[in-house]
Amino acid sequence: MSRLYRMPSLGSDMEAGTLIEWVRQPGDRLAKGDVIAVIETQKGAIEVEVFHDAVMGRPLIQVGDKVPVGSPMAELEDASAAPALRPATGIPATHAPEPGPAVAEAGTRTSERIADQAGHRIGHRAGTGTAAQRRRASPAARRLADARGIALDAIEGSGPRGAVVLADVHAATGTTPTTEAASPPRGHLDLAAMRQAIAAAMSRSKREIPHYYLSHDIDLTAATDWLTARNAQLPPDQRLLLGALLIKAVALSLDKFPELNGFDRDGHFEPAQGVHIGCATAIRGGGLVAPALHDADQLQLPTLMTRLRDLVGRVRSGGLRASELSDPTITVSSLGERGVDRLYGIIYPPQVAIVGFGTPALRPWVQDGQVVPRNIVTATLSADHRHSDGHRGALFLARVGQRLQEPDTL
Amino acid sequence: MTRDEIKTIALQELIGVAADLAGETIPGDAQLRDEFDLDSMDILNWVSALHKRLGVDIPELDYPRLVSLDATADYLLERL
Repeated sequence: MSRLYRMPSLGSDMEAGTLIEWVRQPGDRLAKGDVIAVIETQKGAIEVEVFHDAVMGRPLIQVGDKVPVGSPMAELEDASAAPALRPATGIPATHAPEPGPAVAEAGTRTSERIADQAGHRIGHRAGTGTAAQRRRASPAARRLADARGIALDAIEGSGPRGAVVLADVHAATGTTPTTEAASPPRGHLDLAAMRQAIAAAMSRSKREIPHYYLSHDIDLTAATDWLTARNAQLPPDQRLLLGALLIKAVALSLDKFPELNGFDRDGHFEPAQGVHIGCATAIRGGGLVAPALHDADQLQLPTLMTRLRDLVGRVRSGGLRASELSDPTITVSSLGERGVDRLYGIIYPPQVAIVGFGTPALRPWVQDGQVVPRNIVTATLSADHRHSDGHRGALFLARVGQRLQEPDTL
Repeated sequence: MTRDEIKTIALQELIGVAADLAGETIPGDAQLRDEFDLDSMDILNWVSALHKRLGVDIPELDYPRLVSLDATADYLLERL
């Protein structure tokens, strides 16, 4: 039995995607969650995964083809029946991997998955290394090469397993980051297209979702004192950002408020199975993406911070996973250090809530009858009135504030 | 190590953590946070990279001194 791998939807605003590369080849075994291809969307180049164990079958579209969401991209063969089926797929012999390497690959894949789960990535968009395949390259290198009009095949790769990395492209073009002309290497991150995607999603949200808005000032002094003391004892790569605490406080507070964590499905609420926080991440030059930090409520702060760094890095340099775009169950948007007092979020459909944090600042605060300067952040909640009420939303925001008073329990 | 060498390293590591700035011309006195939109995550990643490359301890309290490439070079020169 063969099934079809279809162009996945990476959000309600996505209509079509363009195939950039097949990461796997016909005959390759795929475990659930393995990356099969890279597609270009309005949110940049995204790695798309398979949803069940299978064996890659015949590709139905070619690199460069743009197809609507739901269109067949490739055949997937049953994982158990695969070896017998492979010759029948009509793939030219040069593309069919020998059984030996395919088995050997399995170990590598497993280690990559484990590394992924630990918040690390081994290389970028791993291919399986036959000569007939597309060249391995980091997303940044691919973009830069595109921007310079250089074929990746013409560049010698010095990265993992011969992958072309940014430095190789620089070497090939005789440029270095310090001397080249100002032309941002953004090939696959089309900011105009991203603007359209944001416009579509936000227009739909404002048209369809009856938002209600709540605002709550939270004293962050305990949290920032704790953070400062902790970070002072640690090397930079182990330090935490306040943003990680805010995300964790929101994630933990959702356990008693399931009506804020989930999806609107044609007017009905579908509670989410896990807490996957969409972390709104701005892109220099404009645009933003809010990919999922999976199971944020379960992660210890150092792990959460590592994942957040990895996620933000991949928003800006490429290599987001499809699941990271489609999985968020609620969004958190923080203005960070250089912003204003508060932000009023617009819900990203089909989610039903978004939490906003303004820029923390020293403000006068009444404590024990005295006016004292404290570090205050204004948290906001925008939520879908079809699925929750202001009373519950207010209790939720208050709980976030309470959690932040005990940073060592986050 | 001279100040110029340190400044070059600071720039290399900045591009290393903010690859999308590759190709930008970054004047030595440019205010990095405002003019190049560096956020706290960028600064932390940059400080981590400088720490690894140069072995310099950069406490969080000193982050505000890393306002430009020039200021960063001066600061690192003091700490080396």
